[in-house]
Amino acid sequence: MLRLSRGARIGLGTIVAVVLVFMYTPLLLVVLNSFNAARIASWPIREFSLEWWGKAFASEPIRAALLNSVLVGLGATAVALLLGTLVAFALQRYSFFGKQSVNLLVVLPIALPGVVTGVALNNTYNQLLEPIGIQVGYFGMIIAHATFCIVMVFNNVFARLRRLSPNVEEASRDLGATPWQTFRLITFPQFRSAFIAGGILAFALSFDEVVVTIFTAPPGVDTLPLWMMNQMARPNEASMVNVVATVVILFSLLPVWASQRLGREISDRD
Amino acid sequence: MSSPIATTMAPKTAAGDVSLTGVSKTFGEMTAVQNLDLDVPQGEFLSMLGPSGSGKTTVLRMIAGFEEATSGSIRIGGEDLTRMPPHQRPVNTVFQDYALFPHLTIAENVAYGLRVRGQSKTDREAAVASAIAQVKLGHVASRLPHQLSGGQRQRIALARALILRPRVLLLDEPLGALDKQLREEMQIELKSIQRDVGITFIFVTHDQEEALTLSDRVAVFNNGRIEQIGTAREVYEYPQTEFVARFLGLSNIIPSDTVERLTGEARVVSVRPERVRLLTGTDTASDSDIVLAGTVAEIVYTGPTTRVLVDTADGIRLITETQNSHHPAADVQARRGDSVRVAWTDDHAATLP
Repeated sequence: MLRLSRGARIGLGTIVAVVLVFMYTPLLLVVLNSFNAARIASWPIREFSLEWWGKAFASEPIRAALLNSVLVGLGATAVALLLGTLVAFALQRYSFFGKQSVNLLVVLPIALPGVVTGVALNNTYNQLLEPIGIQVGYFGMIIAHATFCIVMVFNNVFARLRRLSPNVEEASRDLGATPWQTFRLITFPQFRSAFIAGGILAFALSFDEVVVTIFTAPPGVDTLPLWMMNQMARPNEASMVNVVATVVILFSLLPVWASQRLGREISDRD
Repeated sequence: MSSPIATTMAPKTAAGDVSLTGVSKTFGEMTAVQNLDLDVPQGEFLSMLGPSGSGKTTVLRMIAGFEEATSGSIRIGGEDLTRMPPHQRPVNTVFQDYALFPHLTIAENVAYGLRVRGQSKTDREAAVASAIAQVKLGHVASRLPHQLSGGQRQRIALARALILRPRVLLLDEPLGALDKQLREEMQIELKSIQRDVGITFIFVTHDQEEALTLSDRVAVFNNGRIEQIGTAREVYEYPQTEFVARFLGLSNIIPSDTVERLTGEARVVSVRPERVRLLTGTDTASDSDIVLAGTVAEIVYTGPTTRVLVDTADGIRLITETQNSHHPAADVQARRGDSVRVAWTDDHAATLP
């Protein structure tokens, strides 16, 4: 291991501390401000209260937005889990004409700026599908999110499949298991943690997506990020945004904790 | 010696005879197996021996059902299973890298075949426990495969296949990854298991010594064909082709003009080094011996034997191998450059085409 002098250690430690403070102070401000009694977030906080928490929980628009976010997230994640896993298997297990192109096309949406994806899908929905009588509505937003969520599942599952020995599947068949039993008992358990991790990432990605959502949400439908953004434009209720943000921060810790646990489980096995 | 695994197995299974008729397998342009006929009687230990790419593993995989024959038919016990998927075939395989399921415990690995057949956990428990205990691995039943040594994994792979009482057990270089000492122990173990369970064993190997030691018969593969099939003694002592003579151990291939000068018949022969006697000084050959004169080019001490390489006047180099006996005075006394004679009897010379 690299040995550092005392001076270098102090210097690097200071840099780390500064970076961490810079990263987490704003989050702490949000949490503190959610308890601010004032209508407009201000510093220093003069009076603490739970007033905004109560208002936020009672707010119908917030509930609707949260429900939308969860439904879209779950829908996009379900689509991504199914298609991402199928594509990963196709590209990992079979060779066919255009394999490299398919690989590129599947991964591209994550690199593509969200505004491009949003404009493209918006045009397709409004100028191509609507004139011929297809109203994508809510479903259009789920599809839009799924385009980049697939990549999360695909990357995770593909990387894991590459490390699996195809021999164990042959051994399973050899011992009398049908193809379906082999998948259920042997193949899936070996990539399950990658599958779940990919799903969590996909959901998280969908949950905080703003740009693509703006272009594809049906009129009058808000997701949580859209509601927060709109709310910021009306500063006299900004404190409610802080409440919502605080709740989101708490929920964000769950997937991080889960994915670290999954990671540990994997490295234990290897 | 009675094997520990064997005692849990079924009495002799019937109809484990394997019959391949006109079997070919091509992968695109490449022909892996060409028009192969092979009959393995019930209960035989057959080794398929050959260099890599000779088609022996492809034949094994076709019997297991992992590869489909391009043409020809494969029968076991008279039943045609050429197009049958692997999970329906009455055969089980021990894989080269054991292919244990990494996420299942040892007990779950051994139980797997019974589990996918729908046997309940309580029903299979006793069979699994005794199968594991009898390969002396009862203490590792709840561990995962990566916590076991190579030799232990090998035994578990064997127990996992044999618990299903297959009519034919296929073994794909199962001892290849073990060190020499363990390999020799497992060879003895395998042989006695096979004798006790009476199941047909088809064993793929590229190790000629292993094939000779274990098998009732050896099939020597080359270029997708069987060059020769026979008992260990037959293929070793009487190779029918130069390939077999050279692939199985060392061999002296003597060209036809030399043989014609010595015996009057123009034919190529193969003589094993240990069948060639080295005559020095006043040693005499008997009347039936075929004798050639030459000079000692090299002496190689291998431990149990001494090899002497002799260059003859015909320009061929012959290898002689002499056992280092209980009587050290009988050991090879020759030195490099000595004029010597070599002798063999025609009985030990196999005629090659």
